[in-house]
Amino acid sequence: MDLSEAQHIITVFLQELANQFHRLPGSAIFLRYVKSSYQNDPVRSAVELFLFLFAVRYLLAPKYSTKPGLVKLSEEEIDDLVEEWTPEPLVGASTALGEIEVEKRAVIVGPTGPKVKLSNGRTVTNLGSYNYYNFTSNEFLKDKAIQTLRTYGVGPCGPRGFYGTQDVHMKTEADVAAFLGTAACIIYAQAFSTISSVIPAFSKRGDIIVADKGVNYAIRKGIQISRSMVRWYEHNDMDDLERVLAKVTKELARKPLTRRFIITEGLFDSYGDVVDLPKIVELRLKYKFRLILDETWSFGVLGRTGRGVTEHQNVDPAVVDMIVGSLAGPFIAGGGFCSGSEEIVHHQRISASAYTFSAALPAMLATTASETLNLLQTNSDIVSQLRENIKVMWGQLDPRSDWIYSTSSPENPMMILVIKPEVVSSKRLSFEDQQSLLQDAVDEALANGVLITRLKSLPDEVEPRHVVPPALKVCLTTGLTRREVEKAGTIIRHAITKAMSKKR
Amino acid sequence: MPRRPANPFISNSPPSNLPSFSSSSEKGGLLTRASTSKANRLTQLFSTSPKSKTEIPSAHAALLAAGGNPQTTVPPISSASLSLPTISLSTATADNPNMDEPPTTLFRPPSPGETRRLAKQHAQFGPIGHPSHRYTSRHPGGPFPEPVMDEPPYYYLLTTYVSYLILIIFGHVRDFFGKRFREENYRHLKSRNGYGALNSDFDNFYVRRLKLRINDCFERPVTGVPGRHITLIDRSTNDYNRHFYFTGTTTDTLNLSSYNYLGFAQSEGPCADTVEETIRKYGISAVSVRAEAGTQDIHLEVEDMIARFVGKEASMVFSMGFGTNAGILPALVGKGCLIISDELNHASIRFGARLSGAAIGMFKHNDMKSLEEKLREAISQGQPRTHRPWKKILVVVEGLYSMEGSMCNLPGIITLKRKYKFHLFVDEAHSIGAIGPRGRGVCDYFGVDTSEVDILMGTLTKSFGANGGYVAADRKMIDKLRATNAAVLFGETPTPPILVQILTALRIMTGEISPGQGEERLQRLAFNSRYLRLGLKRLGFIVYGHDDSPIVPLLLFHPAKMPAFSHEMLKRKISIVVVGYPATPLVSSRARFCVSAAHTKDDLDRVLSACDEIGNVLQLKFSTGIAGGALPPPEGMTPEMESEWHRQQRSVNGQTTPPRWRLEDVVRRGVQDAKKPLV
Ligand SMILES: Cc1ncc(COP(=O)(O)O)c(C=O)c1O
Repeated sequence: MDLSEAQHIITVFLQELANQFHRLPGSAIFLRYVKSSYQNDPVRSAVELFLFLFAVRYLLAPKYSTKPGLVKLSEEEIDDLVEEWTPEPLVGASTALGEIEVEKRAVIVGPTGPKVKLSNGRTVTNLGSYNYYNFTSNEFLKDKAIQTLRTYGVGPCGPRGFYGTQDVHMKTEADVAAFLGTAACIIYAQAFSTISSVIPAFSKRGDIIVADKGVNYAIRKGIQISRSMVRWYEHNDMDDLERVLAKVTKELARKPLTRRFIITEGLFDSYGDVVDLPKIVELRLKYKFRLILDETWSFGVLGRTGRGVTEHQNVDPAVVDMIVGSLAGPFIAGGGFCSGSEEIVHHQRISASAYTFSAALPAMLATTASETLNLLQTNSDIVSQLRENIKVMWGQLDPRSDWIYSTSSPENPMMILVIKPEVVSSKRLSFEDQQSLLQDAVDEALANGVLITRLKSLPDEVEPRHVVPPALKVCLTTGLTRREVEKAGTIIRHAITKAMSKKR
Repeated sequence: MPRRPANPFISNSPPSNLPSFSSSSEKGGLLTRASTSKANRLTQLFSTSPKSKTEIPSAHAALLAAGGNPQTTVPPISSASLSLPTISLSTATADNPNMDEPPTTLFRPPSPGETRRLAKQHAQFGPIGHPSHRYTSRHPGGPFPEPVMDEPPYYYLLTTYVSYLILIIFGHVRDFFGKRFREENYRHLKSRNGYGALNSDFDNFYVRRLKLRINDCFERPVTGVPGRHITLIDRSTNDYNRHFYFTGTTTDTLNLSSYNYLGFAQSEGPCADTVEETIRKYGISAVSVRAEAGTQDIHLEVEDMIARFVGKEASMVFSMGFGTNAGILPALVGKGCLIISDELNHASIRFGARLSGAAIGMFKHNDMKSLEEKLREAISQGQPRTHRPWKKILVVVEGLYSMEGSMCNLPGIITLKRKYKFHLFVDEAHSIGAIGPRGRGVCDYFGVDTSEVDILMGTLTKSFGANGGYVAADRKMIDKLRATNAAVLFGETPTPPILVQILTALRIMTGEISPGQGEERLQRLAFNSRYLRLGLKRLGFIVYGHDDSPIVPLLLFHPAKMPAFSHEMLKRKISIVVVGYPATPLVSSRARFCVSAAHTKDDLDRVLSACDEIGNVLQLKFSTGIAGGALPPPEGMTPEMESEWHRQQRSVNGQTTPPRWRLEDVVRRGVQDAKKPLV
């Protein structure tokens, strides 16, 4: 009885439910849908309903962390771990070489120039500054700088994008572009930061960079920041470059086209040798790579009038997409620049971080750069004068020393002197040994009145760990007479001999 | 309280300058208690006494004045004053001769040469209007308040999104047709001759379709000293902002755009004089890197001075602030270390952090809870996958955020630091010189011992009117960092003239030379910052940031209001910066005022009056009042009664009434109220 009653109630209830359901607007459509879509197969509909419910449940489920390997810990455990954790000191102890670096730092009292006074009271010949044309002692430039100071103050107090663009900046940009023969130019507030920002402004994740293994620190950092795919070729080895380019091109033939760059230097920071630009240009055109050329050390140095590698090797600057250089070297101003087409320059104004997020170059440095560019253009004989001095110094060092040789190009006023391989192998000199021997040579030279420096390098944290060979750096200047250069050269040679023939 | 030397910025100006100024223009601030009713105030405004006419420079009065109504402009002794500030009066603006010192040399009119000299001087640094226009920037104690982020009605947020939507749709429609009918304009966005596009269509959309429309508000070329005034080089475009050509004229504007906090951007005065001397003696550059032959005696002197100034044992200087961060962070941390960085940190910090190879975590801007969460997770979980403990954790914050105007919660961070043992790096780019009773940055402001912060970094580009950056820490650390920091080994050394600008500025700030001047600059900056901020709040604008910050962002929200605001301000000869996405979140486009010690109260009144007018036209006054700027209490209350009254008001209404003060009242009460908590 109970059962039938219950049955009855259920039937009535279901009927009522069905009625209600039919009364619902759209229910007929739903039924028709179920019937027609699954050949009137309610089981399939049920499965679908189940799936639907599962999806709802899934969506409503509490979120859980998707970080893999996160260990669940209670608050007390975390407190314990916090208690236990002891960090390393922020800055560790100095290395021996590092200490020497700081201790032996030469401090110049008063102005810099071909002869400088040191803090120990002695006056020495300065072969450590990039004062190639001795513009530092030019009174005319000082007058101009003071004039600028009296009209612009010192700092522009703002980034270029926000009222930091002064007319002098625009003039310097135009002057550099005209000097190089490119369409446009953009100046940055520091030469060292320039290329590290230029590279990531163009080359992004997924793009391809082919770079010389010997490029300087700033370029390596720029490449690192860009997160692009990098392929390295052997230093200044054009065959290897071609091999790498061919390989990359083949690998990527099926992939969508991305930006591709070749990055190299004009005069290499770490070796002093010169790039083979015509060959690189040929290859870049053949494989359709863009070319970023760092002329930090060659701008104002190479070429008949100091216009850089493009002039030196008769290459049209227009085929080099970006020429990056420094105004802080022989031009005794400050800041760096990147020259190229309008489009390339314009793009940097929006997306190069060291440009957009940093204050503009002080006006007086911008005007100084313009003035020195002008001076160089009007007195191009100082370029040949500098070459003379370089030749004289070479005569004293390279063929004559038993211990070292120069890897620099003969036009480079920055002579990089490395220990001869046979000396290294016969004496079994480690990297540190070489550094400390060279430091001895620097000290010895200074004791005899010539300031030279050791090539600085930082161990690289990222692959490939490129090791820059230990070297001495001798920077020439037109501010010294032939006799003085000869004398300085002799002193350096003797200092090297003395340092190298000690013990061992 | 503060010593006030005759007038430290005007070496040999007639001493009678000051009193007269205070008598004429400052009474507005001091007389407040006397005026009792609105009617009274109005009569004052239009009364016949020339004194009271100039007391309350209302926007209208000022506009009328510039329009050539002689009745309101000319104080009796104005003959020479018109030439004082060199802002040209060629168009109608809120320019008012009275904003500068009215000449007082009634008996001894200065020669035209002298007048010109003064005009130039004052265009770079305005003389203080009244001795009361000073304040000491210092944390008043107690917990550091979170800045209140006011929100506009939803209607505005919604329309902001809709605006962007329209801009984006329009942009795409134009691209769609452009690519078909004007192919040549898009060629640079497509692969060509086998070269990938230099910048992709997608990345470039924002620049092409949104930024281009308002390009004339950016990179405005200038000339001369970016001091109290700045001279813009006028330009125009006939290809929709793609290129500009110069019209051959210039416009002098009031400068609220440069980071010239202490007003050291000057072409004369002690800084410029010593710089000139240095150029004569040292030349322009040391032409080397620090580690080679680029260390001169001046470098050591400046490093010593900076270290003493910020309260550390030693420091290093660099030739660029951006490069300082890019160089120092990789020298501090590397693989196996963690950098926890505020989400709004500057691009240079991100750049350095990425270079360092350390893992990078972020916490919500100035949110101590979020920082603590991150720390607990980092320490308890260790490095990803291996779960090895982190070698070091470096928390990186800025002292003062340049887009938000907010200061870091240093006391909060120090508390966490004691518990979690992380290392702390504070970038004081904007805060050094700009805040703290002695201008020594956030530690000074909060009264925190500098030994609590491991690395104090800062830039010399802002308050010092120079260029470059520094890092200060314990001597041992600095010695080691000199050998491991790329910017020391490869970056060009700072040049002597720049160093001496820094040195002299520091000496002025510490009072070693021109005693009293540094103090005046600091206190005027603090006063000006609070005065402008309070004024804007009272007018009904939404401003972000902490009360003592010299960066005052005024929220605009709608993208179209950025150019409108910028143009309207320019019409009134005021230079301001507008920023929008991507420098800020999409919705919160803003205008930014950078206050300087070189501004006078009258300059700021001019800004307020301009904002008042523009705010009405552009509908920018949508603050709810939660961030302060409450309505004035009835007259005649003591300060204690006033704060009690404010409290009552809040509890009675249950909500705050949106402040919408009249400009006259803002100006009238500003000076006294700016020195109280900015309720
Ligand atoms: C927090 C912060 N750090 C660093 C910098 C870079 O300084 P500089 O302009 O001297 O390169 C800035 C400048 O905008 C900044 O705001």
